[in-house]
Amino acid sequence: MSPSPFTPVTPGSSLPAGTPAPATPKKILHRGGEVNPTVEAIRAQFAGAVQRVDVVWGETTVVVDRARVGEIVRWLHDDPGQQYTYLSDVTAVEFRDVEQPLEVVWHLRSLAFRRFLRLKALLPKGTPLEVPSVYPIFKSADWMERECFDMFGIKFVGHPDLRRLLMWEGYREGFPLRKDFPLRGRFSRAEQLRQALAANPESRYSKEELTIADAFEDLPLDMRARLRSGEKTGE
Amino acid sequence: MATIKRTVEVELSTSGLDAQGRPQRVPLAVAEDGSTVAVAAPPSIEPELEGEHMLINIGPQHPATHGVLRLVLELDGETVVRCIPHIGYLHCGFEKIGEYRQYNQIIPWTDREDYLNSIGNNVAFALGAERLFGIEITERCTVLRVIAMELSRIISHLVWLGTTCIDIGAFTPFLWLFQERENVYALLERWVGARLTTSATRVGGMAADLPNGWTEQLQTFVSLFPKTLDEVDRMLTRNGIWVGRTIGLGAMTAAEALNYGLSGPMLRASGVAYDVRKDFPYLDYETYDFDVPVGTNGDVYDRFLVRFEELRQSVRILEQALRRLPDGPVNVDDHRVILPPKSKATSEMESMIHHFKQVMEGPRPPIGESYVAVESPKGEKGYYMVSDGTSKPVRWRIRPPSFVNLSAIPKMVEGHLLSDVIAINASIDIVMGEIDR
Repeated sequence: MSPSPFTPVTPGSSLPAGTPAPATPKKILHRGGEVNPTVEAIRAQFAGAVQRVDVVWGETTVVVDRARVGEIVRWLHDDPGQQYTYLSDVTAVEFRDVEQPLEVVWHLRSLAFRRFLRLKALLPKGTPLEVPSVYPIFKSADWMERECFDMFGIKFVGHPDLRRLLMWEGYREGFPLRKDFPLRGRFSRAEQLRQALAANPESRYSKEELTIADAFEDLPLDMRARLRSGEKTGE
Repeated sequence: MATIKRTVEVELSTSGLDAQGRPQRVPLAVAEDGSTVAVAAPPSIEPELEGEHMLINIGPQHPATHGVLRLVLELDGETVVRCIPHIGYLHCGFEKIGEYRQYNQIIPWTDREDYLNSIGNNVAFALGAERLFGIEITERCTVLRVIAMELSRIISHLVWLGTTCIDIGAFTPFLWLFQERENVYALLERWVGARLTTSATRVGGMAADLPNGWTEQLQTFVSLFPKTLDEVDRMLTRNGIWVGRTIGLGAMTAAEALNYGLSGPMLRASGVAYDVRKDFPYLDYETYDFDVPVGTNGDVYDRFLVRFEELRQSVRILEQALRRLPDGPVNVDDHRVILPPKSKATSEMESMIHHFKQVMEGPRPPIGESYVAVESPKGEKGYYMVSDGTSKPVRWRIRPPSFVNLSAIPKMVEGHLLSDVIAINASIDIVMGEIDR
C-alpha cells in the first residue's frame, strides 16, 4: 500500500494516544538502558538471525546475520508494527585491533513510532566483504553504499551502480578508511604527482556517461577505447 | 497551492529555410478583414529535426553549482533526460583525519565541513562526544548552545536564500540578507573571536562565555531582524517572476522524499513533519515554543516557504533563549575533560596531573559508540563516533544531510528544463564541504 501523492506524514502518528511528547534524554546509562521493543519483534520474526543485542548510551544495537540483512530491513520497512521508513545512515567501522571483524552499520528511524535502531552486520577478516544492499528498499542508500564501498571496499550485493563516489574512477590506491591505509595514501607524493600530471583531463566521463549512445561518436578515441575494453573501477 | 500551468504561445515567424540553408524570414501579414493571409507555402526543403540527445556538462566550476559539483546532463532539446552527478572534488578525508585526532582536536574540522553552519556543527559534535563520554552539560551551556544553533540556522538560511535569488536572477534580496548575515557574524566574532571557523565548543562546555553586553546586542538583532524578513517577504513571496521560476519544480511527494532520505526543509516541504528538534529532541528543545513549518507540494517554492518560516521560528527560539539564559558555570566541573584553571594547574598537584594528562594524551571516553543527530539548517546532521577506550575515536562518521539530499537530484531534475536545473539545485541548499568532507 503506497500513500497517495502529497499525503502528509506526521511523526509519532502510530503511537498510542496520550503518549508524552519526546524529551531530551538525560542521565543516560553507559550500558543497560531501555531496549528498543523492535528487538523482540525481530527475534520473533527471524529466528536465529539476531547474534547480539547491545544497549550503549541509550541506543539499541542489533547485530544480525549478514546474509539476512536485506530481508530484515525489508520487514522493518514494510511491517505496520515497525515502520522504519527512514534510513539515516549506512556506514562501516573497522577497529584498530586487526582481529576484530569489520562492522557495517545501518541507522534506521521509525518516524511513526519515534524509534531509533542501529543494525549491524559483522564481516570477519578473511571473508569476502559482502553484505546485501538495501537500495531496493531505500533509494537513499544509493550514495551512502557507494561511499562505503569507496572508503572500505565493502560490496553491497544488489546495488545497481556500485562505483566509486568521492574518489575518482581510476583511483588505484585502495580504500582510504581502512586501517591498513596510511594517512597520507599508499603512493608517495612524487608518484601521486606523477599520476596527476600524466592523467588526461579530458577522459573524466564515467562509464555510465560513455554509454549514452548519441554522445559516443563525439568522444575522444581513448575514451571509446576505455569503454570497449570494459575497464573496471577501483581495485 | 495548486500548480500554475504555464503556457506560452509563440507564433513562429519562420516557415523554414531558403535554398541556401538560411532561415527564411516571412513577415506575418494580416488581411484587412482580420484573417491571416497565407504568405507562402512552407518550402519542402525544411529539414526534419533529428532526435539527437546531447550531453552537457555543468561544473565542477560553475557559478550556479554552489561549489565544485559536476552534473552531466543528457538533454533532449532543453529537457533533461538523465542527470549524472559527480562529487568528490573537495574530498579531504575528514573522517580519516579524525581517527588520528583527539576529540577536542576534531572540533576545528567540523567548522570546515558545512562552513555555513560551523558553530552548529561544533555544537552537534560536542553533543555526540559528550554522549560518548557520559557528560551532562550545564544549564547555561545548554541555552548558549541553543542560541548558537539558531544563529547558525539563520546564517545558513540567509546565505541559501541570497544565493538562490542570485541564481534565479534577483539581486536585491541578496544584499539585504547578506547585511543581516554580517550582523550575525559580528555577534559570533564578539563571542568566540572568529566569524566562519568558530570552533566554539569543547567536550563538556564552550570555548568562551559570552562577553559583557552581548545579550543586549543579540536582543537588538532579534528585534530588528524580522523587519528585514518582512521586506524580503514582500519582495519575493508573491513576486510573479519568483513564483514562476520556482513553483512546480523538482516536486517530491512525501513518500518519495522519505524513501530518498531527504531531511530538513527539503523533507518538510514535501509534507513530512519530521524535525529532529521535535521528534528526537536534544538541548531541551522540547521546552521551547516553536512551530515546524510543513509544505504540501514539495517543490522549490515550498522549500523557500519552509526555510523562510524557519527563519522566523529561529527568532522566536532566540527570544525565549535570551529570556531564560541562566547564570552559572558554562563548563562542566570535571577536570578529566575540561582543563583546570591555569592558576590551579601550577599550584596544585592534582590539577597539574589533570592538565598534563589532558594536554599530552587527551580525554578518554569509555568503550562504546554514539550516534547523535541534530537538526542542522540542511537537515538531519548526525555524528557517529566509536570509541575503543583510547583518546582518539576508532571511527568518526559524519552523516551529511546535503549529501543525501543531493543524491536525489537526478530524480528531481529529470524531465525539467535545463534552466530549471539551476533553480532545483539551488533549492537543495548544498555545501560541498559537507558533501565531500
